[in-house]
Amino acid sequence: MKNLQMRMFPYLMLLPMMIIFTLYLFWPALNGVWISLHSWDGLNPMAFLGLTNYTQLLDDRNFTRAFSGTMIFTAITVPSIYVTSLALAIMLTRKIKAAGLFRAIFYWPTMVSSIIVGLSWRFLLGESFGLVNFVITSFGFEPVRWVTNANMALFTIAFVTTWSLAGYYMVMLIAGLKSISETYYEAAEIDGANFWQQFFFITLPLLRPMSLLVLVLSTVTVVRSFPLILALTGGGPAGATRFMVQQIHETGFSRLQMGYASAMAVVLFGVLAILTIVQFRLNRGGEQDAN
Amino acid sequence: MQISAKRTKKSQENSAFRDTKQLVLRILLYVILALLSVLFLFPILWIMISAFKPAGELFAWPPTLLPQNPTITNFSDAMARGDFLQYFGNTTFSTLVATAFTVVINVMSGYVFAKYRFRFQTALFAMVLATLMVPLEVIMIPIFQVIVATNLFNSLWGIIIPAVASPTSVFLVRQYYQTIPDEFMEAARIDGASEFRIFLQVMLPIAKPIIAVLCIISFMWRWNDFLWPMLVIQSRHLYTIQLALANYSGEFNVDWNSLLAMSSISMVPVIVVFVALQKHIIGGMISGGVKG
Repeated sequence: MKNLQMRMFPYLMLLPMMIIFTLYLFWPALNGVWISLHSWDGLNPMAFLGLTNYTQLLDDRNFTRAFSGTMIFTAITVPSIYVTSLALAIMLTRKIKAAGLFRAIFYWPTMVSSIIVGLSWRFLLGESFGLVNFVITSFGFEPVRWVTNANMALFTIAFVTTWSLAGYYMVMLIAGLKSISETYYEAAEIDGANFWQQFFFITLPLLRPMSLLVLVLSTVTVVRSFPLILALTGGGPAGATRFMVQQIHETGFSRLQMGYASAMAVVLFGVLAILTIVQFRLNRGGEQDAN
Repeated sequence: MQISAKRTKKSQENSAFRDTKQLVLRILLYVILALLSVLFLFPILWIMISAFKPAGELFAWPPTLLPQNPTITNFSDAMARGDFLQYFGNTTFSTLVATAFTVVINVMSGYVFAKYRFRFQTALFAMVLATLMVPLEVIMIPIFQVIVATNLFNSLWGIIIPAVASPTSVFLVRQYYQTIPDEFMEAARIDGASEFRIFLQVMLPIAKPIIAVLCIISFMWRWNDFLWPMLVIQSRHLYTIQLALANYSGEFNVDWNSLLAMSSISMVPVIVVFVALQKHIIGGMISGGVKG
């Protein structure tokens, strides 16, 4: 009896978690692939279509626009996040006073909900009433159309996304920087290497594993961006910042094309998986070069 | 002699020059950090300051930095409309209940993964890992069907239940228990305690620090979450704060006065928790490796 209890115990303890994962994650994930092969409005019976939804995606201007928009946004934002968080991390590991305070200040935006981040920047960048344009016009420049000009809107959300996430990755990079042994820098100092030489020949190579983690995590996060953009631009102007998650949501729930939206979601999953694999591969290749 | 004296003098000049250069760089570093601090703090501070401005002053041109006639009408109006308190209550309820469930379920799982050897352990742990690959955004459409089928649509329980199991939390707990020696369990076993009692009375109290971390992570995430409420909630009276903010800000005529007041109040708990527990939060988030 005792033995049986002991054998069953782990499974009983895992049961609640496994039920929830199965019901609300694995089952919908598999079902999503199944739904993507159908035409379905969410109410009436599904009609099997095969891969038609996927072939249709290729010709769908709205989808290809959302897809390429997401990729461009990611290609701008991820490097911007990495450079910003690395710069912050390097400054804060330079034996300065109040490093803890600065760390908390830079980390703070990650505590704020994406909706409020979007709203507060929308308020600050308001084109006819915002403080930023007031400062710009008081210097005699034209007011900037932060969110109503398509290209500007892209840069605005890239900037605000960087602002809201940099602190998180900064803390990871600080941990990475602190794990690099001081002796490398001391030796470089004796050899007369300047800051940039130390940065490129010691810091960057030795920081590689942590950099990779930061790049993968930030990519996966940025590709999925939605609430912040919703609150800041609403996907506008004219759909210029409407990215994949918003496109999936609108297609599924506003236009009730559940099958079609599921096909988009499968593509999104594919993109996330590929990006993750590619970044890990790239890093492994780099390691071999270094050896 | 002469040569060496000369050399010393020269190296002294050099080091003096280096010292000045170092000092200038140092000051520059602090200036940059100070400017960046303003950039990182100001946007949120600005909406909180502006929330105290009366309607006429909010969009005054030129804008006023500090409210000339500070008022709390924005707050009292938001309150008086009644719905805001409702949103606040909904958010508080779902956050607290979800956090309690999150702690229970993930501590249970992390504990057995760390302390027991059983069949299919590796496969089950791989399943937990695999969930990281499937974010909610990817299963938005099919999850809706399950939410409806399990009777959770348009219910606060629909925000709470489906997201209580978190791989990140399982990792954190597992990691924590791996550092705790098995002797505690062995001693209790010899005393004849059941496995369940060992967990409840011996191992659970030891886990207080990690439970605190889980509570903070879960509280922050739930309080700020938007995607789950958006998918699950339809009726206005069940809105969470984030959902209400998003919907009101999407209206054609944005009521900034109420929005600023609502945003400010909703951030008070977050600010309090962050200021009080800042070190634990930053440490905990990082050992988790992933957000959420």
